[in-house]
Amino acid sequence: MDYFDPHIHMVSRTTDDYETLAKMGCVAVSEPAFWAGFDRGSVDGFRDYFRQLTEFEPTRAGWYGIQHYTWLCINAKEAENVSLSREVIAMIPEFLDQPGVLGIGEIGLNKNTKNESIVFQEHVELALKTDEQILIHTPHLEDKYQGTRMILDMLTSDSRLNRARVLVDHVEEHTVRHVLEAGFWAGMTLYPVSKCTPARAADIVERYGPERLLVNSAGDWGPSKPTAVPDFILEMRRRGHPESLIRQVVYDNPIRFFGQSRGFRGVPGDAS
Amino acid sequence: MTTLPTAADVLDREFLEVRAKILQVAAALDRIDRASGDVQTDPRRQQIQRGLETLLASGDGRAEAIQLGFSRPYEQDWQQAFFPAE
Ligand SMILES: [Zn+2]
Repeated sequence: MDYFDPHIHMVSRTTDDYETLAKMGCVAVSEPAFWAGFDRGSVDGFRDYFRQLTEFEPTRAGWYGIQHYTWLCINAKEAENVSLSREVIAMIPEFLDQPGVLGIGEIGLNKNTKNESIVFQEHVELALKTDEQILIHTPHLEDKYQGTRMILDMLTSDSRLNRARVLVDHVEEHTVRHVLEAGFWAGMTLYPVSKCTPARAADIVERYGPERLLVNSAGDWGPSKPTAVPDFILEMRRRGHPESLIRQVVYDNPIRFFGQSRGFRGVPGDAS
Repeated sequence: MTTLPTAADVLDREFLEVRAKILQVAAALDRIDRASGDVQTDPRRQQIQRGLETLLASGDGRAEAIQLGFSRPYEQDWQQAFFPAE
């Protein structure tokens, strides 16, 4: 089955991974800007990273017929440095008209601090000013519930925001309902350790239905499995779910959400 | 036309897996008890204890309840705490 991985950090993966993804049916990926494993020292470090995301990664993906999209920001882990964050936010517009840029992301919270919330809101302000879509990272483990509720507080108190143009990622059993009921899109991240498994993601689809739900691998430089979306497809098939339902979650939904970005140019082999 | 599995089908599929996971938890708790020192008052040990009690509840909200049991509380007035002047 053709699928779209809506959240995967391909700069951390090998070219062999692109080949494997293509063989497993991946036709497109969307890559949010994230933490490199160390704090970058200057705005030029981010400028180079954004060039990699908008120039080289789409080229490398293209070698295997995969369409590559991206999102730009300074992530929550580096947001404690508010002055650097402001320099990066001021520089992002240089890249917003590059082909394949879908919006601002993955912004969010990490340890749910005051500085993180300031930088989050300044990113949202940029997205509103430039009419970009937003992709959001929610914290992990014990910080997820609190952080997700704080993010929803900030988003829902801003009446200018179109909630249908915001994707809140890494939802789990205790946060998905809050995100969907508030009218946002929700992404489930499948990780071999610590996060949602394919079976639990299938449970969430059974419980809430497929509307505004996405599944991603969030493959990055840590322990992660870039082919996690096919694992989800297999789990859904084993449970007897119709192909149309599976396809809605792994293909139609991403295209519907990403199609709202002016940088979206379709997926290979899709006539629409 | 596909048919969705019954409760018996799901149990068939999950039984060995659940059995293995319960054993892993049991063995890990034994390992903690066997080691020197005492963690009975460690908040994480208490979270585990509450998690196990949640498993015994009926209804289908166990996973969500366990998640909340391992979460920091959400304070509705966090914005006033961060930004008191506004
Ligand atoms: Zn990510």
